[in-house]
Amino acid sequence: MANPILTLSGITKTFPGVVALDKVSFDVRPGEVHALVGENGAGKSTLMKVLAGLYHPDAGEIIYQGQPVQIDNPLAAREKGILLIHQELSLSPELSVAENIYLGAWPTNALGVLNKRKLRRDAQAALDAMGCSFGPDDRVGTLSVAMQQMVEIARSQAFSANVVIFDEPTASLTDTEKDQLFTTIRGLQAQGVGIVYISHKMDEIFELTDRITVLRDGQVQGTVTTRETDATAVTRMMIGRTLEAYFHKADSSFGDEVLRVDGLSLKGQFEDVSFSVRQGEVLGFYGLVGAGRSEVVETLFGIRKADRGTLQWHGEEIPLPSPRQAIDLGMALVPESRKEQGLVLMMGGMENTTLPHLASYARNTVMDRGKERATFDEYKDALSIKTTGPEQAVATLSGGNQQKFVLAKWLCAGPKLIILDEPTRGIDVGSKSAIHTLIANLAERGLAVIVISSEMPEVLGVSHRVLAMAEGRLVGEFEGEAMTEENLIDAVSHHLARPAAE
Amino acid sequence: MSATTSITKAGGHSSVTRLLMRNHIWVFLALTVVVFSASSPYFLTVNNLGNVLTQAAFIGILAIGMTMVMIDGEIDLSVGAILALASALAIGLQDHIGIWPAVFVGLLSGAALGFLNGTLVALSGMHSFIVTLGGLIGIRGLVFIYTGEDALMVSDFSYTDYPEIYLGPVSLTAMIFIALALFFQWVLSSTRHGRETYAIGDNIDAAHDAGINIKRHKIINFTLCGALAAVAGILLSMRLGTAEPNAGKVWELWTIIAVVLGGTRLQGGYGSMWMTIGGVLTLAVLRNGLRLLNTPNYVELMVMGTVLVLALLIDKLLSRQEA
Amino acid sequence: MQTEVKAFLRRHGLLAGFGLFLISVALSADAFLTPGNIFDVLRQVSITGVMAVGVTFVVITGRLDLSVGSLLTLLTVIVVDQHNTSGPAMAILITLAAGIGVGMFNGVLVGLVGLNALIVTLAMLSFLQGLVLFYSGGSNVNVQNAQTTWFAVFGRHDLLGVPVPALIFLVTAVIAAFVLNRTVFGRQVFAVGGNETASRFSGIASRWTVFWAYALSGLTTAIAAVIMGSRVMGAQNTIGQGYELTVLAGVILGGTSLLGGSGSIWRTVLGITMLGFIQNGLLLLGFPYYIQWLVTWAVIILAVWIDLGAKRGRILA
Repeated sequence: MANPILTLSGITKTFPGVVALDKVSFDVRPGEVHALVGENGAGKSTLMKVLAGLYHPDAGEIIYQGQPVQIDNPLAAREKGILLIHQELSLSPELSVAENIYLGAWPTNALGVLNKRKLRRDAQAALDAMGCSFGPDDRVGTLSVAMQQMVEIARSQAFSANVVIFDEPTASLTDTEKDQLFTTIRGLQAQGVGIVYISHKMDEIFELTDRITVLRDGQVQGTVTTRETDATAVTRMMIGRTLEAYFHKADSSFGDEVLRVDGLSLKGQFEDVSFSVRQGEVLGFYGLVGAGRSEVVETLFGIRKADRGTLQWHGEEIPLPSPRQAIDLGMALVPESRKEQGLVLMMGGMENTTLPHLASYARNTVMDRGKERATFDEYKDALSIKTTGPEQAVATLSGGNQQKFVLAKWLCAGPKLIILDEPTRGIDVGSKSAIHTLIANLAERGLAVIVISSEMPEVLGVSHRVLAMAEGRLVGEFEGEAMTEENLIDAVSHHLARPAAE
Repeated sequence: MSATTSITKAGGHSSVTRLLMRNHIWVFLALTVVVFSASSPYFLTVNNLGNVLTQAAFIGILAIGMTMVMIDGEIDLSVGAILALASALAIGLQDHIGIWPAVFVGLLSGAALGFLNGTLVALSGMHSFIVTLGGLIGIRGLVFIYTGEDALMVSDFSYTDYPEIYLGPVSLTAMIFIALALFFQWVLSSTRHGRETYAIGDNIDAAHDAGINIKRHKIINFTLCGALAAVAGILLSMRLGTAEPNAGKVWELWTIIAVVLGGTRLQGGYGSMWMTIGGVLTLAVLRNGLRLLNTPNYVELMVMGTVLVLALLIDKLLSRQEA
Repeated sequence: MQTEVKAFLRRHGLLAGFGLFLISVALSADAFLTPGNIFDVLRQVSITGVMAVGVTFVVITGRLDLSVGSLLTLLTVIVVDQHNTSGPAMAILITLAAGIGVGMFNGVLVGLVGLNALIVTLAMLSFLQGLVLFYSGGSNVNVQNAQTTWFAVFGRHDLLGVPVPALIFLVTAVIAAFVLNRTVFGRQVFAVGGNETASRFSGIASRWTVFWAYALSGLTTAIAAVIMGSRVMGAQNTIGQGYELTVLAGVILGGTSLLGGSGSIWRTVLGITMLGFIQNGLLLLGFPYYIQWLVTWAVIILAVWIDLGAKRGRILA
């Protein structure tokens, strides 16, 4: 077994109020793919930023190629041969492929004039080594996301990287593109590069990696050899308790149909989506990121305009609503991105809570602050939100408390249908289970609930019925006994495995 | 390493279409030239076109610096005031220290004020709109302190002869404009500094992570912008023989109009000197052509406003198509 | 104790600095803090002040309005000209309608169509200047019965010893502050400026919020034009030139962020009034009028920088 090329020992990093990394030890060997897994908030991204030189650890040691080193900034990391492939790509769309590969390290003469010939030649060599089909002069903005990712990975060739860190690299790739990425990663592996692979997706981890290190609450739970373990064991390490105890399924009786959707289509996003949901029912939507789930619910809610499709609300056909009309009907959408879509970060908790229902908190268009305050107090207690007062800007709250305000703003008007899009993304385990309990309570109170999640245990744990989506289509519906991981994976991957038009 | 083959390029437009879409201002410029040539016999003459070029040069030189700053994702509202100060110093000082030293001091004042703008933006993290709005107001104060309320006049009239140097129909002023524009297009396309301008305006985090010194870079571009404004001011003082304290007032707005009309985006990361030359010439041709047709002053102002909004609409439609 | 002083300065540093300025000028110029002089200053700032109140709404939505200077010129020409032809009451109505109309037109392009606010209002600046020349034919207009018309009330008269324009400024500011802080529309303005996407997900028609903010900016500019017309009893073709920048300077000085989502009417009032007193104080101290521009430069940079530094906890970026 080769000696590790990179070893972290006892790395500690604290932020005000949080220990993000607690004596973390971790190593990568040349030519191995080492998975780093953990729930959101477990410390993966902090660890990654330490490796890339964006954060400096409070304690601990980084040993690289046998020497203790200090990584001051991303440039220093890159010069040492440690390369981070960001989830949000670190590229300039207006610049050429070659310029992007060598960003910040362009060959120039003494006067600062670019040596374009050398730049092009070097970039071409890096692209050839990766087998890329595009050229060094192509403008990055004209390339597909997968090709842009290749441009970033090409930096590993250009800078002779010894360690490459991938952060959720398949998040926005199609299946074919994913296979090509894996081929590329195996190529790097064959060159003896040590690879850190951060992902949520168990299937990818078991397909690709040699070892798995699990982080939870900033601590390493253990490092295991991939061949000697299975997904259930790794998941247990991640969440720290058994699945049964973790989820709480609503014990409710189903009433009348609240919403029925027929043939809803939006060009380039999704096609012919039909389903219905009843009072007291929790309907799960499972699918990978990019399957079109968020787009479907955003269309229901009027954020996007559908091309075709009909809606029935409590048995009556209605025109596709605007967001305002959807809210007035009694729909609520807890959106996917809390910070971008859910909250006005510089506003206080109270103002965020009443934002979708201003008219009902106003008399003759003048805001009734007493009434707003009463709602704020009610939901602060009901959801046990930790905040200093109604005026405290939600920007200064933790992710879990922010999410509770998003829930408060949608619950306070007493909706009939609540749609939750990835409701537990990026929040701590405690808040997560509180939200699962809340989902069950809502259904038991007779609300219709739609939960979208790319975490399979979550979707199976909270839903009465699950719809599987892939590439903009519904590809399966499962209820009762049929709701199993195997069936969901089958449905989604069966669809994806069909020969795609190239 | 094994092959990655079947990933194909996004976007289906041919490179010619894309080039035209990126430089649509030149199509528009050609159209205006055709229209004015058809409607006025005086328009399409060598002398008139030479005049257009000279008239375009002052806003044009301001626009070169503005383009650099704007591709960075910043803006400079103080260029009109800097122009006035440089022109006042160049004329006011030449009786005391001679023409060329005075010109040099004028240039230096522009570069120094640009450096001040850039330093304030970089050090404080304030938006350049605010910093240079302050500069617009305050630098005009400096001009008045130096000139008082009256215009300064040259006493050595050899100074005003320089712009009368012509190469065919092209004045020295116009030649300087074109030379500077070409030089800075070369800077943008072929030097490290120029390429970094795009990198910073495009994706500042990526640029930072790659070790590009963003603060120093922006200070350099603001300094260049100030120095170019001073060049425009000095050429203006040569042409007029006087330096008005109110010279260049609201020219910063016309400069921004010209640059944006060309297609460079206020958000940064996108643009070129070709686009800016197109925008500047379009404004100058419109102005010249409308005057040749004897349209009243107000038509010109209204046409400018309308054209600018149309340019924004076209840009919005095109960028939606390209995406 | 020390931290309390810091906290106070952080919140009210602008006010404290302004207080120091007032005291030090008053010590060297006896006429400065007399009621007569204070009312003079308020009379002077009322025009930019009323305009700034409307522009504050636009800035809080995260947009700009550079067209207000040209619009002030156009509306002043209109109010004076219409006064002669249609009488004062009709003139005021037409002016208000025209102001709201131009504001709505900006609102359509920026709010509904989604074009860049800086460029649209810059284009409008040029277009409206053209419209002024078209309307006036290039000549100045004057109120014919300047000595007898009741139109003089708005710019020239006092009520209970207070100049009427200052009262109009005050009333406009109070109503605007109420609208901004206490009504549904005000809340929507903050929400759209703070996070436009989240506002749309909350059922707010953000495009229309922006539209109405521009309409308000047009309305306040019309009110300012009535004051201007009444005070000058005439209008030149350049009467409002550069006002857009003074207005914006006052709004920024007050601490309203150009990024949107935060700001207040009373701080805009403070910013504009400070600019007025600085101008007046420097004149009383015997400085030429252009010195105020230098001081304004320094004050804007310092005030915004300190505000920003306090928010991020460090002075340097």
